[in-house]
Amino acid sequence: MVTVTDSDLRQRAWDAAASVVDPEIPVLTIADLGVLRDVALTGDRVEVAITPTYSGCPAMNMIALEIEIALERAGFRQPKVRTVLSPAWTTGWMTEEGRRKLRDYGIAPPQPSNSRRALFGEQSVACPQCRSEDTELLSEFGSTSCKALWRCKSCREPFDYFKCH
Amino acid sequence: MVVANIEVSETPLVLYTLRRADDALILGHRLSEWCGHAPMLEEDMALSNIALDLIGQARELYGYAAKAEGKDNDEDKLAYLRDVRQYRNLLLVEQPNGDFAQTLVRQFFYSAFADLYWRAMMNSRDATLAAVAAKSEKESAYHLRHSSEWIIRLGDGTEESHARAQAAIDRLWAFTGEMFAVDDSERGLIDAGIAIDPIALRERWLKTVTNVAGEATLVLPQNDWMQQGGRFGRHSEHLGHLLSELQSMQRTFPGLTW
Repeated sequence: MVTVTDSDLRQRAWDAAASVVDPEIPVLTIADLGVLRDVALTGDRVEVAITPTYSGCPAMNMIALEIEIALERAGFRQPKVRTVLSPAWTTGWMTEEGRRKLRDYGIAPPQPSNSRRALFGEQSVACPQCRSEDTELLSEFGSTSCKALWRCKSCREPFDYFKCH
Repeated sequence: MVVANIEVSETPLVLYTLRRADDALILGHRLSEWCGHAPMLEEDMALSNIALDLIGQARELYGYAAKAEGKDNDEDKLAYLRDVRQYRNLLLVEQPNGDFAQTLVRQFFYSAFADLYWRAMMNSRDATLAAVAAKSEKESAYHLRHSSEWIIRLGDGTEESHARAQAAIDRLWAFTGEMFAVDDSERGLIDAGIAIDPIALRERWLKTVTNVAGEATLVLPQNDWMQQGGRFGRHSEHLGHLLSELQSMQRTFPGLTW
C-alpha cells in the first residue's frame, strides 16, 4: 500500500503552483521569477503565497487565477492564493535557470548597477541576441512594468531588458 | 440616479493612510490622461507605467485604510464613492497636466519627496505601511530618476523648453509646502513611530531639487508662501473635474464589476 505523506502532498501542490508561467513572459514560471513565496498545507487545503513584482502589475490577478486552476487540476479543492508584500520582491530572487531562459527568449536578464539613483547612469547591458556590450538605452520604461527598452549598436536589434529592481 | 457618498470614520490611522492613497490615485490618474497623447511613444509608455505603479500603491493603501476603519468600506468604495471634499490628497498632484514640462515638474517635486518618504517609512512600526513602503520605495527611486533626467533635458535644452520648464516650476512651487505639513492627527502617529516626521525630510528634498534645478539651469522661486488645504478636503477646482471622469462608471452604474 502506498501512503501519501504530507510532505509528498505539499510537494505536489508546490509543483502545481510552480508550473504557472508569467502571462507576459511565458518562458518564466512564477518559481523562476521568485514570485511564488510559499505553499502551505492544512489538512487537504492549500494556501499559496505570492508577491507582486511591481505594485500595479496587472499580471498578478491572472497569475492568482492560474494558480487556482493548476491546483484544482492537481486535485486540491478550493485552493487559496494570498498576496504578501513583505519582504518586497527583488530581481535578486530570480533563479539562474530563469535568467538563462530569459536570455534565450531574447530578454536581457537584470544586472545590478552601482546606484539606482544615479542620473544618466552608465549601465552596460549585453545584447541577448549577439552578446555585444555595445548597447544603448532607448526608454527607461518598456512594454511591461518590469522591462526597459534597449538597442544593440552591433547587430542593430532592439531588445527588452528586465530591469534590476 | 444619485449614488450616495460613503461616510468614512477618519481615525488618525485611517486618515493618514487615506491621504497617501489619495495622493497616489490622483497623480496616477493624472498621468494616465497622457496615455495615447504623450509627445513620443517612449514617454507614453513611461507615464503609463508610472501611473500603474501609483495606482498599485493606491490599491494597497485603500485596502489597508478600509481594514483599519473596520466598517463596510473597501478599496473601490473609497476611490469611487467619496466626493471632492472627502478627498485628502495634496493640491500638487491634482494640478492639470498642462504641457509636458508641467507634468514632469509636478512629477519631479512629488517623486523627490516620495523617494525620501517611502525610504523613511520602511521603518514604520506599522507592519503594513512598512511593507507598502518597501515596495513603493523601489518604484519611487525609478520615477525620480526619470523625472530628474527630464528636468535637466528640458531646462538645459532649447530656449522654449527652458522657458516652459521654468514657468512650470514657478507655477507649481507654492504647492510643495503641503508635503511637509503636519497636523495634530498626524502628530500622534509620528510620536507612536507609525508615521515619520516629514519636516525631517525637507532639507534633503530641497537639496535634491536644488541640485537638479541647478544642473538644468533653472531657478527655484524665493517665495516662501505655500498654498495648503488638500489634506483637509479644500481643493482647487480641478479635482472635481478629475473625479467626475474617474468615478463616472460607478456613479452611473452603481456596483458595476467586470
